[in-house]
Amino acid sequence: MATVIELPLDTYKGPVSPDWCPGCGDFGVLRSVQEAAGKLGVQPKDLMIVSGIGCSSNLPGFIHAYGIHSLHGRAVPVATGAHLANTDMKVVITGGDGDGYGIGVGHLLHAMRRNLDVTYVVMDNQIYGLTTGQASPTTTKGHKTKSTPVGNAETPLNPLALAITAGATYVARGFSGEAKLLTDLIAGGIAHKGFALIDVFSPCVTYNKVNTYPFFKERVYKLDEEGWDPSNFYKSLEKAFEWGERIPLGVIYKTEQPTYEDSEAIFKKGALVKQPVGADKKIFAELVEEWI
Amino acid sequence: MQEVTIGIAGAAGDGLDKSGDTLAKICGRLGLHVYAYNSYQSIIRGGHIWLKLRIGNEKVYNHGDKLTGLIALNQDSIERHASEVEEGGVIVFNSDKLKCDPSLVRKGVQILPVPLKEITAEIEKVHGALAPIMQNTVALGVMLKLTNLGTEKGNAVLAETFGHKGEKVVELNTSLLKAGYDYAGAKAKAVTGEWKFGNKQHPFTTGNEAIALAAYAAGCKFYSAYPMTPASTILHWMSAHSQKTGIVVKQCEDELSVINMAIGAGIGGVRSMCATAGGGFALMTEAMGMAGIMEIPVVCVEVQRGGPSTGLPTKTEQADLFQVYGASQGEYPRLIVAPRDVADAYQTTIDSFNYADRFQLPVTIMSDLLLSEHHETVDKEAFNPDVKIDRGEIVKEWPENKGKYKRFAFTESGISPRALPGTANTLYVSATDDHDEESILISDMFTSPPIRRKIMEKRMRKMENLLKALPAPTLEGGKDADVTLLCWGSTYGVVREAVELLNAQGVKANYLCIKYIVPFHAKEVTELLSKAKKKISVEVNFTSQMARYVRQETGVAMDAHINRYDGEPLEPMEIVEKVKELLGNKTRSLDVSEAEAKEMAYHYLRTHSLEKLRPIKILKESPNGFGEPTWNIEMAERVSGKKGAAMKIGVKTGAVHHFEKAQAE
Repeated sequence: MATVIELPLDTYKGPVSPDWCPGCGDFGVLRSVQEAAGKLGVQPKDLMIVSGIGCSSNLPGFIHAYGIHSLHGRAVPVATGAHLANTDMKVVITGGDGDGYGIGVGHLLHAMRRNLDVTYVVMDNQIYGLTTGQASPTTTKGHKTKSTPVGNAETPLNPLALAITAGATYVARGFSGEAKLLTDLIAGGIAHKGFALIDVFSPCVTYNKVNTYPFFKERVYKLDEEGWDPSNFYKSLEKAFEWGERIPLGVIYKTEQPTYEDSEAIFKKGALVKQPVGADKKIFAELVEEWI
Repeated sequence: MQEVTIGIAGAAGDGLDKSGDTLAKICGRLGLHVYAYNSYQSIIRGGHIWLKLRIGNEKVYNHGDKLTGLIALNQDSIERHASEVEEGGVIVFNSDKLKCDPSLVRKGVQILPVPLKEITAEIEKVHGALAPIMQNTVALGVMLKLTNLGTEKGNAVLAETFGHKGEKVVELNTSLLKAGYDYAGAKAKAVTGEWKFGNKQHPFTTGNEAIALAAYAAGCKFYSAYPMTPASTILHWMSAHSQKTGIVVKQCEDELSVINMAIGAGIGGVRSMCATAGGGFALMTEAMGMAGIMEIPVVCVEVQRGGPSTGLPTKTEQADLFQVYGASQGEYPRLIVAPRDVADAYQTTIDSFNYADRFQLPVTIMSDLLLSEHHETVDKEAFNPDVKIDRGEIVKEWPENKGKYKRFAFTESGISPRALPGTANTLYVSATDDHDEESILISDMFTSPPIRRKIMEKRMRKMENLLKALPAPTLEGGKDADVTLLCWGSTYGVVREAVELLNAQGVKANYLCIKYIVPFHAKEVTELLSKAKKKISVEVNFTSQMARYVRQETGVAMDAHINRYDGEPLEPMEIVEKVKELLGNKTRSLDVSEAEAKEMAYHYLRTHSLEKLRPIKILKESPNGFGEPTWNIEMAERVSGKKGAAMKIGVKTGAVHHFEKAQAE
């Protein structure tokens, strides 16, 4: 293991300041992503931040790193392609609950099933913020929003349970009001070999008047302070459903499993982008010979 | 040109594609050319399969409209195809199980019943009872004799095909081949003269496989796909050869993922490709615009099949032009190209990777089921591995003191030199929101009409330069023509021959095959077409999409259209006849023809579990209470020949007006 040289926060200071509403939870997430990269000593040129569309998906524009600000719901496949093309870079996907758990949930499931070596930080505000306040896949039942004026009729999706059962190998929950823990969780996710999903309570101060900072501050507790062992699949799954008076923060589930990249022998020759280009004459002749 | 056309008909699961493949490989090795067309259905077993191999001593460009020899593997096949065999031809079948009613057969056609049990008795003594599929090898032996192709190459191909199963299986197959060969020698006459074989061996493959091989030659490193006919055989080839080629192949959860992954890999810096059929492409369209605004090279193969919706999954059509043209919201630079045959599919794919990289844009290669799945022999030289890989303007390094790297620098050419992620001092965001030179968004916080104007112009300038790099289409088949045919894609193969036939019949004809669709050589095409006398489009679709597109781009309208949209590819004589009709100002009838009525009768029998019947007599009757003339079809029982049923099909509408089973006596 090479020695890690930590990098200061301003290494990752982006070209423009975020345009999020004052008090938005996403500010804390941005800072924690930057701190986590610094803690791990990831050079900006080796860091790829990929997002979809939404308030939180603007994050790649606010950080000094390579970025892809892709289509709504498509951050995961775009990140997968970019990652497989250049496995020497660290890929961190950042986005919101609508982007990741709504329109993009199909991709998320399969990326977790593949155990790709990427990190996904979901800024979960339980609302569609950029489109001015409609119900999202994690909006609680009964919550009145612009699109659910008599209260949301649907059961909210449980991203942690979904991740554990789908095959993610690092499943955590953070809160942008708990900065140090969040940085540690993101750093842990990036350092983890395999798919890391970090669901972060990142309150929308403008459109979600239910799941606010005080709402979470009253309820959250830290798993590592209670000696939580995240290695048991079924216990972790049960923990993922803990909600109400007490809501857990921290690494809910963690396991070591072979990644998709491990299963593909081609990656053993190094990052694809650095491999020689063009046909080997002998192999090419063999391939044509199959048709004769 | 010396040529024969062999048809093999049977049910799915009869293994006839393997026999066809063996026959074609034999021909390819003898230096002959083959074009094979498999008219199959979307089922794994059962159904009717009809494989035609047109063999010639010169390059053959389509499956033609002739039939010299028929190998029928079931009774249905004899009844449906026996009458298509031309004078001098032969019908081959296993007479232990099947029989051929001479009334089905044209004059001068040999009927060759093969008593399988009898002629393989000695072989069975050595190898035990034969599996039913073994009859194919005997039939192949028969055909090799009657087409003067010898057994030497056949034995070699069989040895390779069955080598992995051991010597005994090889020996079994070669002796079956010989049994058929010897039997035919004793009982029938050859259907063609002696060949002058070529001295070069020709590879035999499909458009899909040629595209896959080209991707390897062009340095593609990433291929993503979701299974969908008729694009799947690219995935199969890519997967089977992945470790050899070093191309990472990713099967995805859906086509949204497919295209987004391919674009992601393009951003990551490798050459990437994906392929799908029309339905899958419908899911991909939003991402095409993403590649456009992000200026990412990616190659997407869109293989058309019969639409709309699920349509005809295993049938050919050219009806996705407007879908591909209209893909994604907004306006963006891209290349849309339609190769015309297998060799062209290879070269087009290599060129597409280079254009994608040089101009930093998505390329859609439009293929169709016929081009993607039919097999043809190709000159080996067409598959040239020495390809120029032009990755365009890439920033290899950017010293810190050089100032800010601008990913979308406003240049005269419109091309902004691209740094691949991981290059020091070149950080940027690839964004779907519009952006300035430095990749900072101009969509939310800082909107800027002048920057938007300049970046739109920068992107679209690439199209002008791309157009200059593309070769303009030319008229082929003669300069002074009375009629000019317009075509695109795989229809080239049949139009080319139709034009030759027309000229031979004294109708001066030529054709214009459009390959590069976007950007379009409007000036050149306008010039060519405005001088043409009579202009007829030939397309495998209902609405003449290329003709409409050409009119949009040039203002030149076609005088008439030839369309086919029944799922089958066009045939040369069909075009010749229609052109002559149109030149004679005859209007084309859309009535159900007698042959079609027969086919509809077979469909009715199959779908109503009445397969023991077959149509024996078809007569047209004037209006008789159904509001239109009808085809009156008499059905007989296959075994007894007794009257089985009567059916009436509307000549205008094709409606089944009446079906009645005969009363049991």
